[in-house]
Amino acid sequence: MAAASGVILVLLSLLALAAPLAEAQLGVSGDAADLFNRLAPPGGAHLLGTDEVGRDVFVRLLYGGQVSLAVGLSTAVLTGLIGAVIGLIAGYFGGAIDTVLMRITDAIISLPLLPLLIVLAAIDLTKLGLSAEAAASSEAGMIRIVAIIALVGWTTVARLVRAETLSLRRRDFVRAARAQGSTPLRIIAVHILPNVSGPLVVATTLSVGNVILFESVLSFLGLGIQPPTPTWGAMLTNAQEVIWDTPALALWPGLMIFVTVIAFNFLGDGLQDALDPQARE
Amino acid sequence: MLRILADRLLQSLLVLFALSFLIYAMIGLMPGDPIDVMVAADPDITPADAARMKAAFGLDRPILERYAAWLVAALQGDLGFSRLYSQPVVDVVLPRLGATAVLLGVSLTLSLLIAIPIGVLAAARPHSGLDYGVNLFCFAGVSAPPFWLALLAIILFSVTLGWLPASGQAPADAGILTQIRHAILPVGVLTLSSVGGYIRFMRGAMLETMRRDYIRTARAKGADMRRVLFNHALRNALLPLITIVALSFGTLFSGALITETMFSWLGMGKTIYDAILGNDFNLALVGLLLASAMTLAGNILADICYAGLDPRVDYGKGDRA
Repeated sequence: MAAASGVILVLLSLLALAAPLAEAQLGVSGDAADLFNRLAPPGGAHLLGTDEVGRDVFVRLLYGGQVSLAVGLSTAVLTGLIGAVIGLIAGYFGGAIDTVLMRITDAIISLPLLPLLIVLAAIDLTKLGLSAEAAASSEAGMIRIVAIIALVGWTTVARLVRAETLSLRRRDFVRAARAQGSTPLRIIAVHILPNVSGPLVVATTLSVGNVILFESVLSFLGLGIQPPTPTWGAMLTNAQEVIWDTPALALWPGLMIFVTVIAFNFLGDGLQDALDPQARE
Repeated sequence: MLRILADRLLQSLLVLFALSFLIYAMIGLMPGDPIDVMVAADPDITPADAARMKAAFGLDRPILERYAAWLVAALQGDLGFSRLYSQPVVDVVLPRLGATAVLLGVSLTLSLLIAIPIGVLAAARPHSGLDYGVNLFCFAGVSAPPFWLALLAIILFSVTLGWLPASGQAPADAGILTQIRHAILPVGVLTLSSVGGYIRFMRGAMLETMRRDYIRTARAKGADMRRVLFNHALRNALLPLITIVALSFGTLFSGALITETMFSWLGMGKTIYDAILGNDFNLALVGLLLASAMTLAGNILADICYAGLDPRVDYGKGDRA
C-alpha cells in the first residue's frame, strides 16, 4: 500500500509540474475563459470537459495539484519544525516548561480549529502593516495559508517528539553526554534529534494529508488561495453552483484531493511500520 | 476528585479567557469595522460623521481598552447585537446551539455504535480480509474531504435519485418523519467522515488489551472467544476511547461547520461562518467562544466519565498515567 502510494504521489507531482506542457500539447487553456464553450462534456482536446466559463478542467486540475502539493508539503515541513522544537524543549527540560507547553498543546488540540482558521484567513493583512498590493498578491495568499495551518497544526508532532524525548533523556548515552559537560543544545541536536527523526518523519508525512484537507476546505469556503489561481477546493465551489446541470464537475477535484490525501496517509502508515516495527499494534 | 475537577474548570476558564482576547484581537484585524460597514450601506454618512461615530463608540481607542469594555459588558450578560439578524446575539445563538448539539449528538452516538463493534470484530481477527477491508474504509473515511462527501451525497440522493432533501432542517411544525428525512444527509456525512478514526482507535485499543495477562488467563481457563472479547477485553478497551472522543470534540465541531454550511443546517458552525463573512463581529466573537467552551466542557465531561468508570483512577494522588 505504502509503496503504491509513493508511486502515485510521484506520478501526481510529475503530472502537476507538467501542467504547462499539457496545456500546450492539448491546445487548451486553464485560465482563459471561453464563453462559447461553457460546461462542455469531456471529449476532443478537453479530456475532462470545460467548467462554467469554458476553462479546461483537466489542465486546471493539474495546476490545482501544484498548489495543493506545494501548500501541503511546505506546511507539513513547517509543522514538523515547530512541533519538533516545542516537543524537544518540553521533553528535554521537563518541569514547569513542559507543563506549560503541554497545557498549551492540549488546549489547541481540543479547540474547534476550522472556525478559528476561518477567522485567521479573514484577517485583513493591510491592518498588519502590509501594503494593499502585497496583501492582495497570490504569494501573500499562499504564505498566509501555510502560516495559519502551521500555527495550529504542530500539536501532534510536538506530543510525539516530546514523548520520545522523555524516554531518551534517561538513556545512558544521554546521561554520559551530560556528564561530559555537553550543553543542552548540543545534547538535543547531536544525541536526541537523530533518535526522534523516525517518528518525526512519520508524523510529518501523516500531517501532509491533513494540511491538504484544511487547505481545500478553506479554498472551498472562499477563504483560501484566491482566484484566479486554480485550487481543487475552489473548483468544487464553482462546481457546486452548477451541480444540477453538470454534477460530473464536482467529481474530479474531490477525487484528486481524496487520492492525494489517502496516498499520504498510507505512505505515513507504511513508514511507521517500516521505521518502528515495535509500534505495529 | 472535586479538587481536580475544580482545577480543570479553572484551567478551562483560563483558556477561554485567553481565547476571548485572542479572538477579539483577530476579529479586530478583519477587514473594516462596524462603522465602515454602516458607511458602506448608507451613502448619506460623510467621512466626518463616520469619524465622529467611531469616536462615540470608542472604535478609535486602543485594542486593550476596547477589549476591557467588551469583557465588562459580556460578564454583565450584555453580549451585544447581531448585525445580520438584527437581534441580540444571545437570541440568535441559543436555538442554533441546540441544532448543533442535535447534529453532533446523533452523529457521535451513531459513530460509536458503529465503531465499537466493528473495531472489536477487526481486532478479533487481525490481518484477516475483514480487518483489511475495515482498515481501507477507515483510511478512505478520514481522507475524503467532508464537503466533497456532502456534494456527492447531494448529487446522488437529492439530484439523481430525489430521495432526500438537500437542505436544512424541516420546519419546527413538520412531523417527526420529515425531520428525520432532513437530518439523514447531514448526520450521515458527518458520521462517515469521523467514524474511521474511532474504528481505528478501537481496533488498536482492543489489540493492545488482548495482549494482557488477564486475557490469556481467561482464555486458558476456557472462556469462549466471544465472552473474552466482549466481557474482558471490551470493557478495558473502552476507557481510552473516552479520552479520544473527548479530544475529538473540536474536530467534530469543525466537521459540523462544514456539514452545516453544505446542507444549510442552521447550527452554530454555519452561524459562525456566516457571521465572519458577513462582518457580524459580535456574533462571530460569541459564536467562536461558545464553540470553544462546548469542546472544553466536553473534555471535562470525559474526564469525569473516565474517573467514574475506571476504579484505578484516583485523582487524589499523584500523576495520571
